[in-house]
Amino acid sequence: MTVGVVVFPGSNCDRDVRWALEGCLGLTTRFLWHEDRDLAGLDAVVIPGGFSYGDYLRCGAIARFAPLLEGVRDFAERGGPVLGICNGFQVLTEMGLLPGALTRNAKLHFLCEPTMLTVHPGACQWLGGYAEGETIQLPIAHGEGRYHCDPALLDQLAGDGQIVLRYADNPNGSVGDVAGLSNRAGNVLGLMPHPERACDALTGGIDGARLLSSVGTV
Amino acid sequence: MPLYQARVLVSLRPSVLDPAGEATRAAAARLGVDGVRRLRIGKAVDLELEAPDRATAQAQLEQLSDRLFANPVIENWQLEISESAEGQQP
Repeated sequence: MTVGVVVFPGSNCDRDVRWALEGCLGLTTRFLWHEDRDLAGLDAVVIPGGFSYGDYLRCGAIARFAPLLEGVRDFAERGGPVLGICNGFQVLTEMGLLPGALTRNAKLHFLCEPTMLTVHPGACQWLGGYAEGETIQLPIAHGEGRYHCDPALLDQLAGDGQIVLRYADNPNGSVGDVAGLSNRAGNVLGLMPHPERACDALTGGIDGARLLSSVGTV
Repeated sequence: MPLYQARVLVSLRPSVLDPAGEATRAAAARLGVDGVRRLRIGKAVDLELEAPDRATAQAQLEQLSDRLFANPVIENWQLEISESAEGQQP
């Protein structure tokens, strides 16, 4: 079981994700440089948080064109599990693997705090370890995490069970309290909160551990 | 090959909240200008593009605007090909 961790210039949670997967959960990881194309032998791919390519133009806009992401798109379209955390979620929306967009927080503040989330796992492979309606705590750390899509799409996403994580107390103005979205097939998950920062009881909770360890079972 | 000068104006769609615009509007009032009723912040991309002809330049600029400079989910764009300096290339 090997998990690829994408590394862009400007990624800053890649080592946190590696630590959580290896140090806390005992999985094997491989860093994937943005110019690489080889995804052979990987069982899952994580696009971590940070500021890919400085987040120039828009968050995730330049990353979308990285050679590596052509392979990640193929991997996802073949059903491979792909997880985008924070900037990784922004990249997944820019790539079109998840619908909608992430924009500046409603009150402009960079938010770095614990948040309570309600989990609606549905068909999402990454959330198989959680019960429907369960409340968990994960930290957020973002300035541009306000999810936006038009009302018709929001209704459709809700109806299809793709809004798999909702804020209990919406911190950033996201429509529909969206904190995390799954694709319809359930193998791609994007979320603004950081599960990798909630895998060690010594550093504030382990509610993220079941999410990251799910790659061992998908 | 002809060189085309273009400006692409990218703006948030009217339905999308612009917190930076709202904050700037509040600052305008603090500066003593109370009459600002609407303030939205976008961005401008100025570029020079080599292309064999104007139609090709237009098509390439539209592709860039729609697929790179703007995210159509939240943004609109407007293209101005402001000047054509054909024949200036050595």
